[in-house]
Amino acid sequence: MITAIEPTQVRTPAPVPTSGPAPVAAAAKPEPVRIACRNVDFYYGDFHGLKSINLDFRDRQVTALIGPSGCGKSTLLRTFNRIYSLYPEQRATGEIILDGRNILAASTDVNELRSRVGMVFQKPTPFPMSIYDNVAFGIRLNQRIGRAEMDVRVEEALRKAALWTEVKDKLRQSGMGLSGGQQQRLCIARTIAQKPEVILLDEPTSALDPISTGKVEELIDQLKSEFTIVIVTHNMQQAARISQYTAFMYLGEVIEFGPTNQIFMTPTKKQTHDYVTGRFG
Amino acid sequence: MSAHIVSGFDEDLEVLRSSIAEMGGISEKMLADAVTALVRRDEVLAQRVINADNRLDALQRQVEEQAIMTIARRQPLAVDLRDVVSAIRISGDLERIGDLAKNCAKRTLAIAGGFQPPRIVTGVQSMADLVLEQLKDVLDAYAQRDLERALDVWRRDDQIDALYTSLFRELLTYMMEDPRNISFCAHLLFYGKNVERIGDHTTNIAETVHYLVTGQTLTAERPKDDGTSQARIEVDAATGK
Amino acid sequence: MTTANTAMPETVLAPEEAHWGRVRASRRIADRSLKLICTAFTVLGVFVLGWILLMLLFEGITALSPAIFTQVTPGPGTAGGGLANAIVGSILLTFLGIAIATPIGILAGTYLAEYARTSKLAALIRFINDVLLSAPSILIGLFVYTFAVAPLGSYSGWAGSIALAIIAVPVIVRTTEDMLRLVPSGLREAAAALGAPTSRVVTLVTWRAAKAGIVTGLVLATARIAGETAPLLFTAFNNNFWFNTNLMGGVSNLPVTIYQFALSPYGNWQQLAWAGAFLITITILGLSILARYVINKDNAR
Repeated sequence: MITAIEPTQVRTPAPVPTSGPAPVAAAAKPEPVRIACRNVDFYYGDFHGLKSINLDFRDRQVTALIGPSGCGKSTLLRTFNRIYSLYPEQRATGEIILDGRNILAASTDVNELRSRVGMVFQKPTPFPMSIYDNVAFGIRLNQRIGRAEMDVRVEEALRKAALWTEVKDKLRQSGMGLSGGQQQRLCIARTIAQKPEVILLDEPTSALDPISTGKVEELIDQLKSEFTIVIVTHNMQQAARISQYTAFMYLGEVIEFGPTNQIFMTPTKKQTHDYVTGRFG
Repeated sequence: MSAHIVSGFDEDLEVLRSSIAEMGGISEKMLADAVTALVRRDEVLAQRVINADNRLDALQRQVEEQAIMTIARRQPLAVDLRDVVSAIRISGDLERIGDLAKNCAKRTLAIAGGFQPPRIVTGVQSMADLVLEQLKDVLDAYAQRDLERALDVWRRDDQIDALYTSLFRELLTYMMEDPRNISFCAHLLFYGKNVERIGDHTTNIAETVHYLVTGQTLTAERPKDDGTSQARIEVDAATGK
Repeated sequence: MTTANTAMPETVLAPEEAHWGRVRASRRIADRSLKLICTAFTVLGVFVLGWILLMLLFEGITALSPAIFTQVTPGPGTAGGGLANAIVGSILLTFLGIAIATPIGILAGTYLAEYARTSKLAALIRFINDVLLSAPSILIGLFVYTFAVAPLGSYSGWAGSIALAIIAVPVIVRTTEDMLRLVPSGLREAAAALGAPTSRVVTLVTWRAAKAGIVTGLVLATARIAGETAPLLFTAFNNNFWFNTNLMGGVSNLPVTIYQFALSPYGNWQQLAWAGAFLITITILGLSILARYVINKDNAR
C-alpha cells in the first residue's frame, strides 16, 4: 500500500532493492504528480467497491491499472471524471486532487471537470452524427468559436488521433460508418479536441483487432507527450508495452504500485507476482 | 510456487529445467572423466569425454529452441521470463563447459605418451576437483533456486584463481628446469587454463541464479585472485644460472 | 470433400445407425407435429385476414369514384354524394390529435427513460400508461365528453382531437421510452464524459440515436387513431355538411361516417361506407409501410 503524501510534494520513488546501479528510468527525477488519490472509498449502494485508495498519477506518463475482473480498476478510473455520478446509487468519498482541487468535493462543476479529464470507453461510441460533428461536439459544449477556427481544431484533433488521412474526404459522413478501430480513434480525437489535461482509457482496445490495437497503442504512446494518461487494461502485455507506471489492484485495493518494469519483472507482492505470471486462482 | 492457470506453461518450463539438469549432469561427468583420464592416462576415457560433447551441444540447441518457443507462445513475465532467460544463459555456459572439458580430454590424448612426473599432474587435479565441486554446487543451487548457495560458489571462485596462479608458476618452473618438459607442461598449462575457465562459467551460472531468484543483476565486482596476468618468473633467479 | 474419396482417415468412426435412429425418431415426430400445428394456425389467421382485405378491396374499389373526393356526404335518402367533408375532417382531427400528443408523449417518454428511470414514480407512471394503452377507447370518448362537450353544450372537433390525442399519448410514451432505452448507456456516458449536461446529452445524442424509432412510434400512433371510431362518437360526432371553421359543432369524419352509413338501409350510403373503409385501410397500410421504411433506412446506415 502506498502511503499518503501531500500532492504538491514531489515524491521520490520507493527505493528499488538492487545490488547494482538503479535502472535508468528510476534514476531520472520523477515527474510531478498530476492526480493524487487520498483515501478514496467507493460504494455501489452497499457494496464497498474501492477501499482506501492512495495513489499518485504522474504528469505526462501512462499509468496502467491492471487486475482481475471486478477488482475496481474501472471503478477507480470512473471517479477521476466523476462519470459514476450519473448513477445515483454510486458514491465516492475521500479526496482526488487534480491541480490542487479536490474533484470529489460537492462544489466541483462536473461538466467543467469532464472537459479537463477526457475519457475513452471500451466500446467505440461515435455519436449518430457526422465525423466532423463528432469531433466538434466537445468543443461546442464549452466554446463559441468561428467556422474557420473550428475547422482547424477538428483537423488538429483528427491528425493527433492519426485519423485525418483516413477521413479527410468524408468528414460529412456519419461516424457510425467507420470501422471499429477508426471509431475508437474518432472517440480519442473527440476527447483530445477539448484539450484536456488527463485522458482516461477504459480498456480502449478490448473490442479491436490486433492491427487496430497496435494503432491505438502507438497513438497512446505519442499522446503522452501532451497528456497524462490513465489506462485500464485486461491485457498485461499491453500494460507492459505502453505504460511507465502500473498499479495492480485486487478486491478494491491497490496491492502494488510502481514503475512498470518493476511490476512486470520483479513484483514484490505475491498477489501481483501470481497475477502477472498467470498463476491466479 | 503455485501452478500456472495454463498447465502447458508449467510443462514448457519443466522441459527447460529438466534439459538443463541433464546438461548439468553431462558436463559434470565430462569434467570428472577428463580429470580421471589425465590422472590415469586413460585414452579410452578421454575419447569418451570427447564424444559426450555432441549430446551436450544438441541439448543446448534444444533448450534454446524451447526457450524461444516459450517466449513466443506464452509471453512469460516476472519470474517466468527470468526462468526462460536463465535457461538460455545457463545452457550456454554448460555448453562452453563441455567444450572446455572436451579440450582437456584432447590435451590428455596429446600428452598420453609423454614423460609425466605424477606430482606435476597433482596440482591440476586438485584444482579440477575444486572446480568440479563448484559446478556441482552451482547446479544444485540452480535446481533448488538457492540464492545463498549460488553466492557461495560465486565467492569461492577466487580460490580457483589463486590455485591457477600457483599452478602457472609451478609449471613455468618445471619448464625452466628441464626443456624436455616444455611440450608436456604447455599442454598441462592449457589444461589448467581450461579448468580455470570452467570455474569462470560456474560463477556465470551463479550470477544467473542470483538474477533468477532476485530479479536483479549481480553487478558488484567478483573477488578476483588471478595473478597470472602479472606473474613472471625471473629467469635468472629461477634457473639459478 | 475431395479428400474423403481418395483417403478416408482410418480413425473416422463408423456411424452407429441403430443408436442414432432411436433418438431421432421420437424427436422428429414431436418436431414435425409442432411445426404442422403452427403452420396450420398461421394459414388460418392469414386466410381470415386475407378474406377481409380482399372483400374490402373488391367492394371499396368498385365504390370509388371522383365524386367521393369532391362531394359532401349525402343526407338520408339523397342520391349520389361523396366523402369530401369526412376525409378532410378525419385528416384534420388526426393531425390535431397527433400535434397535441407528440410533445406530451415524447417528453413524458424522455422523462421516464432519461430522468426518472428506476424511480417509484416512474414505475407508477409506466403502470398507468399501460392501463391507458389498453383502455377501451369508448371510455376515453365518454371522459372527454364529460369535460369538453357537456359543459360547452356542443360537439366539437377540438373535443375529438383531444380524445384522439389521449389515445395516441400512451403509444408515443411507450415507444419513445423503449427506443431511448435501446440507446446504449455507453453513448450517454461518452457524451457526459465530454462535459455535456444531461439536457445536451438528451437533445444532441440520445434523441438523435433514437430518432428513427421515435418517428416510427409517431407514425404508428397516427395509424392507430386514424381508424378510431368510438372516441369520436361522443366528441366530434359527425354531420353531413362541411363543418364550421372554428371546429365547433359536429365535425364529419371517416370512421363515424362509415359506422353510420354501413348500418343504414340506403344503398349509396353503404357504398360510401365501403369506399371510406377502403381509404382508411389504405392510409393505415401506407403509414405502416412508411414506419418500416424509416426503421430500415436507419438500420442500413
